[in-house]
Amino acid sequence: MSEETVNPPVTAQKINPRIESYKQFWRRLLKNKAAVIGGLLIVFVVLMAFIGPWIITTFTDYRPNQTDLTNKLQGPSASNWFGTDSFGRDIFTRLIFGAKLTLYVGFLSVFIGGIIGVIFGIISGYYGGRVDAVIMRLMDVLLAFPGILLALAIVAVLGGSLTNVIIAVGIFSVPAFARVVRGSTLSVRKLEYVDAVRALGASDFRIIFKHILPNIMSPIIVQASLRIATAILTGAGLSFLGLGAQPPAPEWGAMLNEGRQYMFEAGHVALFPGLMIVLVVLAFNIFGDGVRDALDPKMKNR
Amino acid sequence: MTKYIIRRLIQTIPVLIGVTILVFSLMHLVPGDPAQIVAGEGASEQTVENIRERLGLNESIPVQYGRFLGNAVQGDLGSSVRSGRPVMDEIGSRFWVTVELAFYSTIVAVFLGLIAGIVSAVRHYTLADTSIMIVALFGLSMPNFWFGLLLIQWFAIGNWMPESLEFLKMRPSGWGDSWRQIILPVLTLGTGGAAIIARMTRSSMLEVIGQDYIRTARAKGVSERIVTYRHALKNALIPVVTVVGLEFGGFLGGAVLTETIFAINGMGRLTIDAIRTRDFPVVQGTVLVISVIFVLVNLLVDISYRLLNKRIDLN
Repeated sequence: MSEETVNPPVTAQKINPRIESYKQFWRRLLKNKAAVIGGLLIVFVVLMAFIGPWIITTFTDYRPNQTDLTNKLQGPSASNWFGTDSFGRDIFTRLIFGAKLTLYVGFLSVFIGGIIGVIFGIISGYYGGRVDAVIMRLMDVLLAFPGILLALAIVAVLGGSLTNVIIAVGIFSVPAFARVVRGSTLSVRKLEYVDAVRALGASDFRIIFKHILPNIMSPIIVQASLRIATAILTGAGLSFLGLGAQPPAPEWGAMLNEGRQYMFEAGHVALFPGLMIVLVVLAFNIFGDGVRDALDPKMKNR
Repeated sequence: MTKYIIRRLIQTIPVLIGVTILVFSLMHLVPGDPAQIVAGEGASEQTVENIRERLGLNESIPVQYGRFLGNAVQGDLGSSVRSGRPVMDEIGSRFWVTVELAFYSTIVAVFLGLIAGIVSAVRHYTLADTSIMIVALFGLSMPNFWFGLLLIQWFAIGNWMPESLEFLKMRPSGWGDSWRQIILPVLTLGTGGAAIIARMTRSSMLEVIGQDYIRTARAKGVSERIVTYRHALKNALIPVVTVVGLEFGGFLGGAVLTETIFAINGMGRLTIDAIRTRDFPVVQGTVLVISVIFVLVNLLVDISYRLLNKRIDLN
């Protein structure tokens, strides 16, 4: 070992603790094989969703809504890799075109729910007292509707469409974020550096966004990646019930619903959309678990 | 302890009130005139007016809510716009179908989940552990409605089934006549929960096994079996109890999908049918009933958690 590493010169470039901790996070994340596989799967699905349709329309004659009633409910073959549905549409093509819709539901709803939830959580944790009590009771009320029921009730009110599914699943995600963020805010708020910036005359707004938020990003990221998985499942469930994407949209949940009626003659119609959902949700779950392990201080140096 | 129960009961009241406000608001948050939407497009002026009258939509919102709450407390949830029957009668026996479905599913989830989680923790970092955790991850990532469809295909349609296994054939729809109808929906709903419980049990066990008193027990020569099952498991199960309660509630909500797939005439299917026909009083009724049960189950779980875990009692 050289002398330099043992005793670094004091004039060495300034170490930014935030960048250092990010670097450390990436190192740990890349060491976690499962997280890497999950991350690669997500990249693959995103590429498939956004480049796949372009490749298909540019290089082949397959179209997601092109019907061919003479060729309906055919099993997988060389010309229709995943077979055809009840209208003779190519299931593989439809799945590629539908990937985008699934990702929209996952990302947008978690984005909406995340922003609202983080705001509620920070306000709740930072101000405490009556504000906290009111916000948290409100979250309790939202959590009182088990599973898919809250999203279902919201879609029932707004009417069935993919946009409304995104809104409903977004609202459904709010309490999870609010609770996590409130907890983290509570633990950060009491730290000395927050007192210090307050003593320097920083406004509440500045303290919250400049000094608290960056320090509670880890739990927010973990929550977001795991939540996307739940959001995709919930959204697909609503479309499966006919309350989300409307035909002929190639949304995977809606495709499962269509395939359900042909279970006896053609099982493959309901098989492949489900497999795709499993693939995407699995990717986000593995990745989310990996991110959590990489960020969790308890897992450090293990 | 009594103090805790009373405080917890008092905390539940605002949540229940919040739930009724939200459920009440459902009808008023509908974009447009609720009476018109309930009546459907092309309904005559008179019909719309009658519906408005019947639903009490002419009065001020607070008065309407007051009446809604007052009636709901007395078990009157209004009447269905489509059939004209009281919502309570519509729910009637379907209530028990859904509760039964959720109950059996909870048993399956707890049974499978505990065994898998314990094996995983005891043999941790072995092939058994890895395989169980991979299966659990799949269970967590699988849409249960799709799993239900697969089960129907394999065990109810079962074209691949050799004749000698025909006795295993299940019925793809309905509820209650025989075990052949019950097993598939219960598996559909229960396996996802089993995955969650397995993961939870595993991590809880691992945490407990790492604690000092386990080392002490081992050091004084207690056999590994007794350490695992008597010392570790007992404490590891405490956090799992909370999940079981949440699962039961989740199954009540999840029944919406399972009942649709298996054509089970429970509250979930009633809700979906009501949403499709815009029968809002029925939607309100079922959502309210399911949520209130969920809140009460969680209350019971919290209290039993307290009873099991004496350490929290200190504060």
